[in-house]
Amino acid sequence: MAAKTLTIDGKQISAEEGETILFAATEAGIKIPTLCHLEGVYDIGACRLCLVEVKGTPKLLPACTVKVAEGMEVSTDTERLRKYRRMTLELLFAERNHICAVCVANGHCELQSLAYGCGLEHVHYDYLFPRWEVDNTHRLFGMDHNRCILCTRCVRSCWHIEGAGTKNVSGRGAKSKIITDLNQPWGDSESCTECGKCVMSCPTGALFRKGSTVAESVRDRSKLEFIVNAREKKQWNA
Amino acid sequence: MSKRIVIDPVTRIEGHAKISIFMDDAGNVADAEFHVVEFRGFEKFCEGRPYSEMPGITQRICGICPVSHTLASAKAGDAIMAVNIPPAADKLRRLMNLGQMVQSHALSFFHLSAPDFLLGWDTPPARRNVFGIIAANQELARAGIRLRQFGQEIIEILGAKKIHPAWAVPGGVRSSLTEEGRAKIRAWLPEAFATTKVAFDLWKKTMKTHGREIQIFGNFQSLFMGLVAPDGTWEHHGGKLRFTDSSGSIIADQIDPANYQDYIGESVQNSSYLKSPYYLPLGFPEGIYRVGPLARLNVAEQMGVPKADAELKLFKKLGRGAVTSSFLYHYARLIEILASLEYIERYMDDPELSSDYLRADAGINSLRGVGASEAPRGTLFHDYTVDRDGLLQKVNLIVATGQNNLAMNQTVAQIARHYVHGNDIPEAMLNRVEHGIRCYDPCLSCSTHAVGQMPLHVQMIAPDGTVLDDKMRG
Repeated sequence: MAAKTLTIDGKQISAEEGETILFAATEAGIKIPTLCHLEGVYDIGACRLCLVEVKGTPKLLPACTVKVAEGMEVSTDTERLRKYRRMTLELLFAERNHICAVCVANGHCELQSLAYGCGLEHVHYDYLFPRWEVDNTHRLFGMDHNRCILCTRCVRSCWHIEGAGTKNVSGRGAKSKIITDLNQPWGDSESCTECGKCVMSCPTGALFRKGSTVAESVRDRSKLEFIVNAREKKQWNA
Repeated sequence: MSKRIVIDPVTRIEGHAKISIFMDDAGNVADAEFHVVEFRGFEKFCEGRPYSEMPGITQRICGICPVSHTLASAKAGDAIMAVNIPPAADKLRRLMNLGQMVQSHALSFFHLSAPDFLLGWDTPPARRNVFGIIAANQELARAGIRLRQFGQEIIEILGAKKIHPAWAVPGGVRSSLTEEGRAKIRAWLPEAFATTKVAFDLWKKTMKTHGREIQIFGNFQSLFMGLVAPDGTWEHHGGKLRFTDSSGSIIADQIDPANYQDYIGESVQNSSYLKSPYYLPLGFPEGIYRVGPLARLNVAEQMGVPKADAELKLFKKLGRGAVTSSFLYHYARLIEILASLEYIERYMDDPELSSDYLRADAGINSLRGVGASEAPRGTLFHDYTVDRDGLLQKVNLIVATGQNNLAMNQTVAQIARHYVHGNDIPEAMLNRVEHGIRCYDPCLSCSTHAVGQMPLHVQMIAPDGTVLDDKMRG
């Protein structure tokens, strides 16, 4: 494949054709905030945290899905981007009930650490305080929709790493909801293999091991990456 | 002409409280009511949450006694799982509760209450606080602050945080005592004992000059309730409930806290968000009972540790049967600090506290679980009902300040009766009513007194609504 030369934040880098801006930036040691991106599954550009500016394009583009091009000039950390990232995070916090102090993921939460990293001090929008239930019907795992940011990492790892296809999304807009099978209690799911990959992939405390207490949900996402790498590189066939 | 005096706000209890003093036609105090006018709603908004999160959620009720809530909550969780927690976990929870007793009681004695009785009731409020103590006796103030710090360090050594440690969980605890932590506690103990001795000397001098306060600061007949061991020894995180009356007779004993509803009724008054629990067999309001240090020492036959036992003997001589003056809560608090230090000292030689078997594992084996523990201010109950998935359907919390509610009303009325005559609100009464409440160390004293005074708004109101006298402070 042909190599492309581009600049990211003034740094000249070379990337393979077909790579995303996010991939190229990460390779070059430039960190772009992400939330719905998860190593091992395909990207969908849903969370809008990785938006970047590309010279000559008025729109902001998601770095996780836009491919590199020759001569591209990318900025990842401008005042405009910082403002939009904070706004996106504020909207996520306002949309559901995120109470870090009593959350199982406190201290290990990507939403929380991004908020710290982006200097989020206040939420300027009215909190919606929706009433979402907790699905605690599964033998091993629980799902608290109050803490879900609809990144669909769980859906993608369930379909494309495990291949079970248990998790899905129903509804539209703010009323969207992660469902199990045909929107039935998780404990009644026939397709769930109880592998726990969804729990491992969740960036917040929405998915957790049952019985978890405050700050106890520590995720090991390297396992997901390990499985995908091993499969793609056919390490298990040797 | 009958009238009503309103003290509003008393101070912040995570909000506001006020006191109404009801006058009779002759201009004398007839009764008093202590109202908590803020609604916090923990019992309601915990519904639907997994029970395993409750030790984390409920400890956010308070910044002074989060340990008490987290421990009672974890215990209720144990009951839902229907497990016996590992012995090491029980000992570690107890160690944390002892640290909590020391820090909370030291705060109450040195920071909040001592300014009143050491500096004098009528010292201007600007000086009648912990800074006044620092000015008057720097060494004492420093020692008191250090004693509180010792208790907090124990909490931090175990739970990684002084306030709101995420450590006690249904089934046990998350980590054991490290050797480093053990060494630190051990090294600090002599200083803590020395400070406690200074406090005892000081208190005994205070008792000699405060006969009037002992007489009128909440000195009345009531029942007392607390947890005791099977042999009647003082308990703080285990054991069963015992009720005694003012004569010191046991009227109910070895009651499983899970059956508290057979013995404790909760009266709800329109005028307050604080529920008023009472001893059910005697009815409301005759079933008034007190909890906390004074009550625990009244129901206990011995402390179970030598130094505190010697003090308990002296304490018990202050009453015929039970010790009935709420002013002596302060004395009881010191004895509990001493006992806690002795128990902590014992634990320092117990290798089991370093065990790594700390957590029992189980699913939902009971749809209801009650956890009871002695908080510094009194017996605390957490009562959870869950569905088969462990989600809370009903939450009932009975806290110490609620159980002392009726006693606080009586204390305020008793003090007011001695200082209110006619249509004026005497300054002397405000200072003493403040302290009458402070004897119980309810959460309301925490937030303001350490840096100043309780904000008081007192109104004397005639039946037709005319304001006869109005005083604003704070």
